[in-house]
Amino acid sequence: MIENILEIRWHGRAGQGVKTASYLLAEAAMDLGKYIQAFPEYGPERMGAPMAAYTRISDEKILIHSGVENPDIIVVIDPTLVGTIDILKGVDLEKGIVIINSAMEPDMFRKKLPGFKGKLATVDATGIALDSIGRPIPNVPMIGALIKVTDLLPLKSVEEKLRHKFSEKFTEKIVEGNLKALERGYQEVRIDG
Amino acid sequence: MGKKIAMETNQLAAFAMAQIDPDVVAAYPITPSTEVVQEFSKYVANGEVTTEFVPVESEHSAISACLGAATAGARVMTATASQGLALMNEILHIASSSRAPISVVVASRALSGPINIHGDHMDISSIRDAGWIIMVAEDAQEAYDNIIQSIPIAERARFPIITSYDGFITSHAVEVAEVLEKEEVQKFIGPKKPDYSVFEDKLTIGVLALQDSYIEFKRKQAEDYDKVVDIVKQVGKEYGDLTGRYYDTIEKYMTDDAEVIMVVMGSTAGTAKVVVDQMRAEGHKVGLLKIRLFRPVPKDDIISVLRTADAVMVMDRAFTYGGIGGPLFEEISAAMNDLPCRPYMANYIYGLGGRDIKPSHIRQVFEDGLKAVKGCGFDQQIKWITVRE
Repeated sequence: MIENILEIRWHGRAGQGVKTASYLLAEAAMDLGKYIQAFPEYGPERMGAPMAAYTRISDEKILIHSGVENPDIIVVIDPTLVGTIDILKGVDLEKGIVIINSAMEPDMFRKKLPGFKGKLATVDATGIALDSIGRPIPNVPMIGALIKVTDLLPLKSVEEKLRHKFSEKFTEKIVEGNLKALERGYQEVRIDG
Repeated sequence: MGKKIAMETNQLAAFAMAQIDPDVVAAYPITPSTEVVQEFSKYVANGEVTTEFVPVESEHSAISACLGAATAGARVMTATASQGLALMNEILHIASSSRAPISVVVASRALSGPINIHGDHMDISSIRDAGWIIMVAEDAQEAYDNIIQSIPIAERARFPIITSYDGFITSHAVEVAEVLEKEEVQKFIGPKKPDYSVFEDKLTIGVLALQDSYIEFKRKQAEDYDKVVDIVKQVGKEYGDLTGRYYDTIEKYMTDDAEVIMVVMGSTAGTAKVVVDQMRAEGHKVGLLKIRLFRPVPKDDIISVLRTADAVMVMDRAFTYGGIGGPLFEEISAAMNDLPCRPYMANYIYGLGGRDIKPSHIRQVFEDGLKAVKGCGFDQQIKWITVRE
């Protein structure tokens, strides 16, 4: 947490759209006049390896260029990382927000995150992705869930950005599937605390 | 007011290059500047630029092709980093002494070995004596602005230029940048006016000059190179008139009454500004001097800021084996020699190979400076920080 800057850390595995999610949210925020930064953590890259990406959002120009040390929000795109890596590193245990991709109820994760008293939410993002786009890429429903939990931006601005950005790369069917996944992530997230 | 866009800085660099629409781009991709070449080749494939794109088999060939095209009068650009810049080294010297205004985008990266693809300033430091103009950007906005300005600077000075930004930290981050329209860029840089015609003028390119004339060539080159500082200032002002973003060879941040001034280049300058704000709020008289023009050294500008400081903390994201300190420290120290009363000076080597530098590190450096001012200087003049002991 840096004064006047909201910081998000995204956890997942390479191939799950972690970087895309961090960029998409940032770009939607920029369209609303915010200043943003988004960057992945680059290590030895291979499909399935744990990776992190970051988004910073502020009303003022962001000058800081060091890594994110104390994120306000953690988005866990791959639930197998909980307990494998320290997803709470640097997080305020009282005020932090953690959102996990899981079909389980959020309180099931409390015991896996000892000491964490902040808001905890889960959403079956992989299930939603399989239903709506036919592929297990859970990044987009996780953004929907994040918007519901934090009220960071209007869902509509993310929808617009997603349509614009994905239309450049994907068929209309895939774009529509992702929009549906975003909406379902927003609707189906369960929040504890 | 220009349009605001958000893209990775490498993509933004390619976007700037496409707006410049050079006559020739000869390139060989290397991490972390690969996407500059990759994205630019898309503009070529889509017919959005008129550039002759020459994909070559190495960086040595890339810069050789650039030099050939530039001496024929073309406006020429390329992009590289690290070992790629190192492989260009032989031709870099020939390009500057041939007065070829080539513009090269560099996403600054560590030099091997050990192999490391991340950001530091070792690559640009290693070629500081090649006679090129070297500019370093703090963020995506400045990277874009520097690339646009590189064309009139290089062509007026008749020297090649490198505009760099930090590998990964800046090259692979998305930030907001305000951009010009292509027509505005074209108007700002103007058409390329060749200094001679290889078809009509009688001239020799790549001359031999032995004991009877070599040193005269070099002195002329050195004298003209010194004029670059004023050209950078002039272009920075003209660019400001167009965009509202004015640039000088340096940037001062809270230095006027500062007791302790940090000198820094690249993305760390932004992080340091945040720390300056925090420490100012606590009542500490600290400030920041960002070096934008690394070569030629804007000596007078540097002295004018540092002369009133009590302690100067020079931050180097590079080092020299067995030198007196990091490359920036050597320059700043030499510049300060003219002062009758020098401030205490210390050098911090940091962030090599992309090691993160946090606000807490920068605060510690300022605190060392404040302590030195209260006492009598530094126990240790050169320190490595962000390093495990």
